[in-house]
Amino acid sequence: MTKTPLQFRHNGRDVAVFVDGGVNLLVALRELIGDMTPKFGCGQGGCGACSVLIDGELHLSCLTLAETVNGRAVETLDGLKDGPNLHPLQRAFMEQFAAQCGYCTPGMLMAAKALLDRNPSPTRAEVIETISGNICRCTGYEPIINAVLAAASGGRARA
Amino acid sequence: MLELRKDIFADERDDNLKEIGKGTQRQDMLGHVTGTSTYFDDHKLQGMLHLKVLRSPHAHARLRRVDTMEAERSPGVRRIIRGADVPVNLNTLLSLINFGKDDEPSLAVDKVRYKGEPIVAIVADSPREAYEAIAKVRVDYEPLPAVFDVEEALKPGAPVVNDVYPKNTFVYHDVYDHQKLRFGDVERGFAEADHVLEQRYQMSPIEHAPTETNGSIAAPDTNGRYVVYTSTQALFFSLDTCAKILDVPSNTFHFIGGTVGGGFGGKVDTLTEPLAILGAMLTGRPVRYQLGREEEMQFGSPRGAERIYIKDGVMRDGRIVARKIRAYFDSGAYTRLSSYAVVKCVAHLPGPYTIPNVHGDVYCVFTNRTPATAMRGFGVTAMDFALECQMDKLAHLVGMDPMEFRILNAYRDGDMKAHRREAKNTALIECVQVAAEKAKWPLREEVKRMSSRKDGGGSRAAISPTPLEPALQRAAVSQQRTTYDRAPAAAAVQPPPSAPTPPAPPPRPPASSPSHGATRFSSVFGTRRR
Repeated sequence: MTKTPLQFRHNGRDVAVFVDGGVNLLVALRELIGDMTPKFGCGQGGCGACSVLIDGELHLSCLTLAETVNGRAVETLDGLKDGPNLHPLQRAFMEQFAAQCGYCTPGMLMAAKALLDRNPSPTRAEVIETISGNICRCTGYEPIINAVLAAASGGRARA
Repeated sequence: MLELRKDIFADERDDNLKEIGKGTQRQDMLGHVTGTSTYFDDHKLQGMLHLKVLRSPHAHARLRRVDTMEAERSPGVRRIIRGADVPVNLNTLLSLINFGKDDEPSLAVDKVRYKGEPIVAIVADSPREAYEAIAKVRVDYEPLPAVFDVEEALKPGAPVVNDVYPKNTFVYHDVYDHQKLRFGDVERGFAEADHVLEQRYQMSPIEHAPTETNGSIAAPDTNGRYVVYTSTQALFFSLDTCAKILDVPSNTFHFIGGTVGGGFGGKVDTLTEPLAILGAMLTGRPVRYQLGREEEMQFGSPRGAERIYIKDGVMRDGRIVARKIRAYFDSGAYTRLSSYAVVKCVAHLPGPYTIPNVHGDVYCVFTNRTPATAMRGFGVTAMDFALECQMDKLAHLVGMDPMEFRILNAYRDGDMKAHRREAKNTALIECVQVAAEKAKWPLREEVKRMSSRKDGGGSRAAISPTPLEPALQRAAVSQQRTTYDRAPAAAAVQPPPSAPTPPAPPPRPPASSPSHGATRFSSVFGTRRR
């Protein structure tokens, strides 16, 4: 099978791989780049576990053809912390007990980051709307919502 | 003499275990929020192959012919696995505790008994190539009549779902087609009661739908062993099950798990490990077998459906004097854990209430549906739903407040429970009182003063006379073993000579001879076992 060259920024670093036609971004990230933070949950855009940011916008990597991110910037949970320092969202998730099995957490964090990047002080309703595409089957939604709100106010206090 | 400088490490633990009332961070939380918690699928191994499975589109069919000729020539295919390649292609999960007969093949050979049942496994270089090869397998099915309803399955002439249990019911104590509870005389209780209420309840199957689907990766390790990364909730149970199915010593495997992307009971069935390991044994390469979402829904076992009939006799003053329960657990096509769910359910009857006459018959029934398994309190959850609905209806019938009605009937310390154990440390009354207070539900003062510690025992500690039923003839004590699902030995496909030979199995002890003379009594199943 003919492979297509693909080059993009991955968490601020240039990467280049060859992909088979039809390969989605989730597989490219996990199997070719080795970034295991986006998770496979359904492969159908139904669960949000594979959520990543492409040029700052929230996308489902399982429904994104890898070739379409050529020349663009992809952010995953692997790039969220700043060196050894956790992102305010990560700290808030820890403090608010906002993870149980942890499998939806990477997608939740990326969805929350997309929100806070464009709206640093969202309302509760806006947080709920933002994570409505992310399924937490342990049903820990309340602590997740509280964590995003805490990160928002915490971030503002520091700013 | 050398001495370890313990003083260097002396401040590492203070032995202060007073943790109650303090917030304590989970040990896995940092991994979760940084995405570094390692789930089974987060292992990328050199040369890893991918296993996919051809599944039955029929709920019940005879397999006339399975033709894999074209699939074998499909690009990227490393190995095709058939039922005959599985060393012990018949198992039941609880055989590890000697409960039930082996009834489920890893890969179907002569029949399929539910939609989604695995027939052929294909190991290929990529998932896509495995799927393409699966599309080239030709199966000649002869569809058979199927049964999807528990009560239909028990009627004479119903299709036999699972030949190991020809009456479509699990067999308890070698003789009964259901698990029984008998305490007092319900018929006399009904005759004395002011009201009798009989109701039917139904709960549908429930899919756990964990965000991470079931899966595992098996890889050849040093010394002829295999390392297995798995999503299982039951690591050593799965390890032992694989040792049995693959007919190798259990120390052949190094299972690594514990980080599970949601399970809720749906990851105890050892769904993927045996074939992943067999694939690794036959190809000498790491093999990954991960369920897709559709497979998880169709093939991953759900919480089983239950149909429940409850007949209660109640007095005008609110006392329940008789409770008769008949329930049918839908096990699907194979036993898995439903047999145990039934035992648990019967041990739970009649709920947390003191009732002098209780009668329970609970059936584990086979139908052509996806086999059911554990899920959060299975065996008790649906029955409690039915019992508590019934309690509301009974309260309404006698014109009592539903909270007070529960307090009146709740068991108290010193009462005799229907399974002939004294009730101790009971707290239902206090629970209902607190629930009422939180919900601002008014209770009368005298009810608020009631306590689980008071007014129990005495006449409530009595075992009412229980009529004996005619004894059934015991079937042969030895377990029936069947080989119906094993292919004839001549048809067995030998692994290619290049494949590493799995370690030789140890000599097996004679199948049914006890290792010692004593028999023990199982408190879980109430059966004598060796």
